[in-house]
Amino acid sequence: MTALDVTVTRHIGEFDLDVAFAVESGISVLFGPSGAGKSLTLALIAGLLRPDTGKIVINGDVVTDCEKRIFVSTQDRRVGMVFQDGLLLPHRLVIDNVALAVRQAHGRSARRSIARAWLERVGAEELADRRPGSLSGGQRQRVALARGLAGDPALVLLDEPLSALDSKVRRELRELIREVIISSGVPALLVTHDAEEAEELGDQVIAYRDGRVTGRRTIERPVGPHGEPGPTEDTEAT
Amino acid sequence: MHRLGVPSWVSNPLLISLHAALEATVVVAIFGVALGYLLAKGRFPGRGAIETVFSLPMALPPTVVGYYLLTRLGGPGPIRDAEVHLFGHPLTFTFTGIVVAQIVESFPYCVRFSRAAISMVDPRFEQAARAMGLSRWRVALLVTLPLARRGIVAGVALAFGRALGDFGATMIVSGSVPMATTMPIALYNAVFYGSHEQAMVLALVQVGVAMVILLGVSRLGKVRPW
Repeated sequence: MTALDVTVTRHIGEFDLDVAFAVESGISVLFGPSGAGKSLTLALIAGLLRPDTGKIVINGDVVTDCEKRIFVSTQDRRVGMVFQDGLLLPHRLVIDNVALAVRQAHGRSARRSIARAWLERVGAEELADRRPGSLSGGQRQRVALARGLAGDPALVLLDEPLSALDSKVRRELRELIREVIISSGVPALLVTHDAEEAEELGDQVIAYRDGRVTGRRTIERPVGPHGEPGPTEDTEAT
Repeated sequence: MHRLGVPSWVSNPLLISLHAALEATVVVAIFGVALGYLLAKGRFPGRGAIETVFSLPMALPPTVVGYYLLTRLGGPGPIRDAEVHLFGHPLTFTFTGIVVAQIVESFPYCVRFSRAAISMVDPRFEQAARAMGLSRWRVALLVTLPLARRGIVAGVALAFGRALGDFGATMIVSGSVPMATTMPIALYNAVFYGSHEQAMVLALVQVGVAMVILLGVSRLGKVRPW
């Protein structure tokens, strides 16, 4: 099934976004220079902004349809988000940051145990009782990844999740992100301006420039132990 | 307090002051923070007008506020009818009357500090919380207010100090009857009747209370209450 289908326009000041694309399961990358409209697209998908025209369908559910005046609020979209600087809530422990995102369980201890399992999956279980302010950049992004996935989302959006990190940590986390997301089975849309990152993380890459989709490419990958998408047809530029 | 050797001319007005200011502060904290949140987050017509009206007591002499309260609360009309209906008597010259005066005087401080603190919370934290599935209410309670807590605590404490220190409005509304004689009024009375020793003690006690409040604010701002 198509994980995400986007056809939107949005005008902000001098900038014009006019894009249409659909993505399947696995990791899809929006790749392009800064100011191309990638993060704006994520905000529209997450429901943090409304498009001027168009339609957004997540996992078969229409979440935005300007013509039919449908606009599902952010909290009801079942979308997980991972931000560039993590945006962990500074007044809550790491475990509670993740537990707050858990939608599928009620009660503090049930949420916490799901949160702890996610922290384990990203290799951050020992950080559970720390304050976000005491974490390194890499640790913060591990926790942010756990939080993005902990709510059993239909789609996870990652906005330049590695660009604030140094190159060594970035390489480590690239592998982790790919492994955790693919094994979770949650489709992901990741924004980056780094070509290497797009190649290494993505199953498909959608190129962005000046608010338009300028091309798309499927990355060939061997079928892995977690059944990630295998190779398909190559370049199909528009 | 008598057992502690505190004379009644200190303990009575001190207890009345603390009691009235605490009641006023509870009301001010609930409604002041709520209005501060609305003004910071809401986009509705008349926002500026609402802010101006509720800020007026900051700019007016307290006696003017007291005068309007005296004439509105005590003069014939629907407000006094409502007071009689609710409390059995008009609120002028009563303890509840001074609580009302202190609410009006201290409300703007709480609203202004809360609004400023809430506006300064990075909206991206709130967006992140909404993406985590939190409703707007839960975002406000679990994210915005905790992140704005320092400013809110400062505003509430300042409102408490303002309520405790109010003289002009309280004096006019209470008419200085014994059950509504607060510390500032007791001090005024002591000076007026030439009891300079009493005046000195009453002034000193108020300096002490103010210092405790200020120390409390700086402590509260540092600790994490949740």
